[in-house]
Amino acid sequence: MDFIENIRLAVTGLLSNKMRALLTMLGIIIGIAAVITIVTLGDAITSTVSSTMEEMGGKNITVLLEEKNPEVVLPGMSQTLGVSMGFDIMGNMAESDLISDEMIGQLWDRYGDEIQALSMIEQVGNGKAQDGRAYSNLSVSGVNGDYEKSESLTLLEGRFINDRDIDRAVNVAVISDKTAKAIFGQADKALAQEIKVHMDTEIQTYTVVGIYEYEELVMPMTTQVAEEDVRTAFYIPLSTARKQTGAPDGCKSFTLMAKQNIQPSELADKVESFFDIYYRDNVNYRCSATSMDTIIEQMDDIMGTVSVAIAVIAGISLLVGGIGVMNIMLVSITERTREIGTRKALGATNGNIRIQFVVEAVIICLIGGIIGIILGILCGVFGSSILGYPAFPGVGIILIAVTFSMLIGVFFGYYPANKAARMDPIEALRYE
Amino acid sequence: MSETKQVIIQMKGIRKSFYIGQPHELEILHGIGLSVRKGEFVSIVGASGSGKSTLMNIIGALDRPTSGEYILDGVDISKAGDGELSGIRNRKIGFVFQTFNLIPRTSALKNVELPMLYSGTSKTLRTARAKELLEIVEMGERMSHQPSELSGGQKQRVAIARAMANDPAIILADEPTGALDSETGRLVMDLFHKLHREQGKTIVLITHNQELALETERILTLRDGNFISDEKGGQV
Repeated sequence: MDFIENIRLAVTGLLSNKMRALLTMLGIIIGIAAVITIVTLGDAITSTVSSTMEEMGGKNITVLLEEKNPEVVLPGMSQTLGVSMGFDIMGNMAESDLISDEMIGQLWDRYGDEIQALSMIEQVGNGKAQDGRAYSNLSVSGVNGDYEKSESLTLLEGRFINDRDIDRAVNVAVISDKTAKAIFGQADKALAQEIKVHMDTEIQTYTVVGIYEYEELVMPMTTQVAEEDVRTAFYIPLSTARKQTGAPDGCKSFTLMAKQNIQPSELADKVESFFDIYYRDNVNYRCSATSMDTIIEQMDDIMGTVSVAIAVIAGISLLVGGIGVMNIMLVSITERTREIGTRKALGATNGNIRIQFVVEAVIICLIGGIIGIILGILCGVFGSSILGYPAFPGVGIILIAVTFSMLIGVFFGYYPANKAARMDPIEALRYE
Repeated sequence: MSETKQVIIQMKGIRKSFYIGQPHELEILHGIGLSVRKGEFVSIVGASGSGKSTLMNIIGALDRPTSGEYILDGVDISKAGDGELSGIRNRKIGFVFQTFNLIPRTSALKNVELPMLYSGTSKTLRTARAKELLEIVEMGERMSHQPSELSGGQKQRVAIARAMANDPAIILADEPTGALDSETGRLVMDLFHKLHREQGKTIVLITHNQELALETERILTLRDGNFISDEKGGQV
């Protein structure tokens, strides 16, 4: 019998009782909508995290000292976060454990052709630039010349810290345009001016040699602070910083930027082997070199796995939806026993009846699936926009959703359809 | 000078037993014989429990006899399989039920098309023939109406048109006026007579109503699973 006739028949049946049709489909609608929404949000979150981390230095390799017997599961991971947040995790370090300037010199000699930049930063602490009533919150850090490159800072005026500044350990500084505006009224007015910074109980004076453009990080979920209170970085020469904090020569970590055509993860391995030689005999510490792209990859993998897992769980609701469809079909078939008997009396074969009801189930699930997809797209786009990274589900997932809905229809419609097909026409015709 | 019309139904020694869970089977029909010629309008009369429903189901290919021979339009279908019986019902039998049994939420036109759907007739042919049949039963103006919008008499007329859809060997009517008032019932019976006279249809009417049976050409009375008489009728 005509497939199209069957489809028309199914649709007519649904239209004649819209409320029941809707309630039947509800499970499928919710299930599909949930899966699509989760996959879309998962994509958005992954992209947000990836792009944020890339902003923080995609091609960078982080080299740092860590304890040889770490308590954390991901060596390098928590340390990375710790160092970038300015904490001093390792308390019992001696000067001899630190990475010396000599070691770094030799690293340059060995791998200079693969290294674009080697930047070092040492946090001094939080401070406040003040001039009368004008102020600007600062995070004071000692850096070397290459820091500008590895962090992709945009210089607006003047220059960055250079080797001579470091050699002479002078009190010069590179400030943010925000700080410049706050203290001097206008960004370019700040050049060559003196700026006083209050830190704890001390006041230090610096000469401004450069102004960089302050960029907000992408993550919009950080608490909003007022314009004036935003804390920007204040860069001084590394040696100056060490003088102020009384820190010994030698650093606990630095960042390498690989040259364009170099694979960061490969260079990271080489660097780690290089330092292993120095730290072979060191009991407590070793050097680890981790490339950001490896971390990003790991993160992507994890997020991907989590998304899939949650989607599968949401898929369970599809199972429930399918059972709902089966239930309603059983009821519907019982109600239409007379009709089925009549059809058989008029010549319908068991196969005809079976197909009629399987098609009906498939149509219900297909329509439910389509509504669910539309709903899922709406929720997914809306939700991911809120996260700040609008994402749209790919064609692939939509096709899978459509196919899956239809399969649910076939699977859960089969039992009721079979029941109808096997009805004895004589009994069916007698049914009240 | 009577033409020997072809025999449409030829039944010999038809027995039907039901196994009702006891050591003994219950035999309802005890070796019935029946022959109906093409173009005859016969009725089978019997009271409740006479076995007329059982016999009707066998005539209508809804059921098989336990033993015996049933030759319908030249083919012995007494041992046909379920699939075969479906096909026979579709092409050879035109059912008319007491309760009309039209498919709800479907137009009269689509209802009449239904048997042709199952026989694989093309859409254009189906629709054309259905319209034609509805004209014959004088329901042409209401072909797009749904059963819920039709009166009992109108529904029965649509059902009769449906029964003729595949030009079956016989029209098998089970108490066709049972659910209608006498006036409407009259109209339906008139329609049967018209079809019999003008179209030469073979009609088998099953009823418990003696008066109705007397209208037909030939009255076969069934009692306790056996025919006890075969009389001429014809009193309209």
